[in-house]
This record gives sequence, structure tokens and C-alpha cells, in this order.
Amino acid sequence: MTRKIILLAALAAATASAAQAKAPLTLKSVGVTLPESNRVLPDGPGLAAVKGNCLACHTGGMIMNQPAMPQAAWQAEVAKMRNVYKAPVDDKDVPAIVDYLTAVKGPK
Amino acid sequence: MEHTPSAAALSRRNLLRQVSLAGLASLASPAWAQTTINLPLPGGPTERPITTGFPQKGAMILQRTRPPLLETPFEVFDKGVFTPNDRFFVRWHWAVIPTSVDVNKFRLNVHGHVERPLSLSLKDILAMPRLEYAAVNQCSGNSRGFFQPRVPGGEWGNGAMGNARWTGVSLKAVLDKAGIKAGAVAVRCNGMDQPTVNDAPDFMKSLSVDHARDGEVMLAYAMNGEQLPLLNGFPVRLVVPGWYATYWIKMLNDIEVLDGPDTNFWMKTAYTIPDTPRADMKPGQANVPMVPINKLNPRSFITNLQAGSTIEVGRPALVRGIAFGGDSGVKRVDFSSDGGKAWHPAQLGVDEGKYSFRQWHAVFTPETKGGYTLMVRCTNTAGDVQPDQPNWNPAGFMRNVIEATPVTAA
Repeated sequence: MTRKIILLAALAAATASAAQAKAPLTLKSVGVTLPESNRVLPDGPGLAAVKGNCLACHTGGMIMNQPAMPQAAWQAEVAKMRNVYKAPVDDKDVPAIVDYLTAVKGPK
Repeated sequence: MEHTPSAAALSRRNLLRQVSLAGLASLASPAWAQTTINLPLPGGPTERPITTGFPQKGAMILQRTRPPLLETPFEVFDKGVFTPNDRFFVRWHWAVIPTSVDVNKFRLNVHGHVERPLSLSLKDILAMPRLEYAAVNQCSGNSRGFFQPRVPGGEWGNGAMGNARWTGVSLKAVLDKAGIKAGAVAVRCNGMDQPTVNDAPDFMKSLSVDHARDGEVMLAYAMNGEQLPLLNGFPVRLVVPGWYATYWIKMLNDIEVLDGPDTNFWMKTAYTIPDTPRADMKPGQANVPMVPINKLNPRSFITNLQAGSTIEVGRPALVRGIAFGGDSGVKRVDFSSDGGKAWHPAQLGVDEGKYSFRQWHAVFTPETKGGYTLMVRCTNTAGDVQPDQPNWNPAGFMRNVIEATPVTAA
């Protein structure tokens, strides 16, 4: 067992030194395509307002991965998106967005 | 849909058009998110897709598709102290990210409070004296998902960090070429990414002139011996060893020397921490003075055993992991098998430099059947030691509590 442990530790060290490859002196141009989200947001009142106002700057996973938060916290998040990050959200859409977020991601 | 460096910030009409295009695309998109993983975040949600759908990246934990937030699956950290480029975490603030870079056209502009404004090609940069060292790049909000009470933001587990050997030129050499004028205060770095809306704050970060000229801060054009993946900042990113990743500007193409403090949103308001030991405060606490986030603190992790693992009773078990000191080296790593009552020094692996991950291992023999709480604790060369209680702040920054890994001997 002890020998096995020493071997494992040695293997780990070898992996580390293998990463020290010589850096290139030339760089190659790059072109990539970034994937689009295939995440489907849950249905509910206000979904259209969320889709129309929120998803241009970030995909829906950002919403769904948040912890459960009360309405006041969602109100503050929407205000931050508008005031700080300048999301062009119409006043009339704000209540629907907050209600949707609270329904989907509020305390259970 | 492609974004190019020339893509203008979007008008509201264009925003709406982009949404509808994205909607159409999602109907036809392949299931590039293949499997899921559970991050043990208190209160959840815990499930995240594992994706192989991002260019130049392998299997990553999908936190957000656009702008991309990709977390390194934790088992990657068990394979060695250097995090492979295709598994290195990804974090962008704004969705307008150039998707192509022509190495012959790229220019890095240096201007502002300087004697000679510069427009450097990659050939110019590659011709300058090379600098190389290993350094940990860790998101300010790494482990945010473990904060209690929970806070909004990128809900990372522990994988918004990585360690690479960076190669490039010192920021000092570039600034010396331009000639900083007397009275300069800060050096502001800006990348090619742009806000999605016109009047939103472009992502820019500054260092003090003295920090920028310390000879260590680097403009890196290679990581682990290869050019950077585009999503990690190709062709050039700033490396600020020992400081949080927010300063490590990706796709760096603009350096402005300022003759006054930088009051832009991303310095003055965002990425600020309570000016208290360990950036700690109470939820709801008022009038806490805030300062820009800065140096990394020490952390350590077990990488070869997960919470809930079973080990063999009466047989020596190898426990292995990584540690980093933050802005100084790893002085020692201690291991506990009894929830932190007794600590024993762990064996340290190869020293790859003071800013690097360092491997450690320990051997312990569970003498009786039952549960064991394994813990690991790093002390850095400045004497800073990981605390046994978690910090809290509303942005979820700088978590470095001693980690606990419960296992069962059977």
C-alpha cells in the first residue's frame, strides 16, 4: 500500500511537469462560433416580458440558476439591470417581470 | 450569431431582433448539453448541464450560455497543478465578444498620460523580452454558491479558478516603451468585449501605477505553452499574479494611463469588498466602508475524494489535493481527519512558484468504521491561515473557509 501511495504521488508530479511545454513564438488567427442557449424557461404569467426584455443581454440559465429570493430581492435585481447595466426595459413591463421571477424563483 | 470587434452596441430594435433570432436558433440547436452535474449548493438549485459546446473547450459546467460562464469540473484539479487550457474556467460580463481575431490586424494601443502613444502589433509584442511564471487565476466570486444566506450572481461551485504557466511580456516593459509622464496615477486596461447596450458601462479595470510597473504584471500571449483559447482572452490577456481574476482583462487591446484615480463603474462600484478582515460583514449591516477587491487569500482543497466517498477501514488511505497561498507562497498545508480537532502536516509537492497551485498529500488510516470529516488548511508564507468560519458579503466574494469533506470508512 505504501509503495502504491508513493507511486501515485510520483505520477501526480510527472503530470505537473509535463505541462511545462515550450511556448510558441507565433500565434494563429482564430474564428469561432459561440453556441446559443437551448434552455426553455418555465411557462407562467410574465414570461413574454422576460423573454422580450432580459434575454438579449443574458440567457435564461442565469435566471434559473439563481437561489430562491423574495419579491423585494427580485425587484432590486430588475432595478440593477435597468439602472446600472442600462437594460432598456419599459416601466410597464417591470411588474410582470418581477412577478414572473418571484413565481419561478421565489421562496417555496 | 456572430459578433465581431466592429459590431456596434445594439439598439433596442436590434436587441429584439437578436432575441427572436436566438429563439429560432434554439428550436434547431442540437442537444450540446449532454449530461448534468450536481453542485452541492445550499438551497439549490444544484443541477447544471455539462457542456462540450463551446469552442476550444472540453467538458465544462454550464453556468450561463451568453455571456459565457463555464466552470471547471472539480475532478480536473486532481490531475495536476496546471489546469488544461480546454478545461480552464470562463467568465465574461458582456455578450458582445469578438468571435474572430486576425493576428495580423490586432493592435494594442497604449495612450493617455504618456510621452509616446503606442500601437503595438502582436509581432511587436512577441519581439519583446519574455516573462514566464505559474499563477492562479481565480474569480472574485468563486464558491459564491456556498454563501449563506445565498446571494445573487454567478452561482459557482469551487471551479471558477485555474492555474496556468503564463508567457508574455511585462506590463512595465510596455509602459516604459510609451514613457509614463510624471503625475500618472493609474493604468486602465480595456478588452475587445463590449456592452450589449450603448450607454452601459464598458468593462475596464485599473491598477495603481506602482502595481502596473512592478515587473510581474504580464501581458500574456500563451498559457501552458499554447496560445490562449479565445474565451480565455486570445490573443493577449493581462495576468495580475496574486490578485483576483477581475483584473486579468481578456482580449486586452487598450491601455490608458490616467493622471487621476479611475472612477469607472467597474472600479468604484462593482467588485468592491467590505474594508474589514476577510471582507466579512453581517447581512444587512449598514455603512460598511467598501474598497476595490484586490489580493487572493489562501485556499486548499481535497481533490481525490468527494463528499460521501467510502474508504476502506483499517487500510492507509491517500488523500491528495491542491493549495495556493494567494499573493504569497504556500508555507504549509495541514490535514485533519477528525473535523479539525487534530491537525497533521501534509507533504507538499513540487514548488512551481509562489503564485501557483501546489499539490499536497497525506496518508491516514481509519481505525474504526464510521464517518470521518476530512479537512485541509493552508497557511501562506505571509502567515495568513484559512479561517474555520466562512466570511459573508453581499457580492459573494473571497470565500476561503476551511473546506470539510465527509467520508465513510467501511
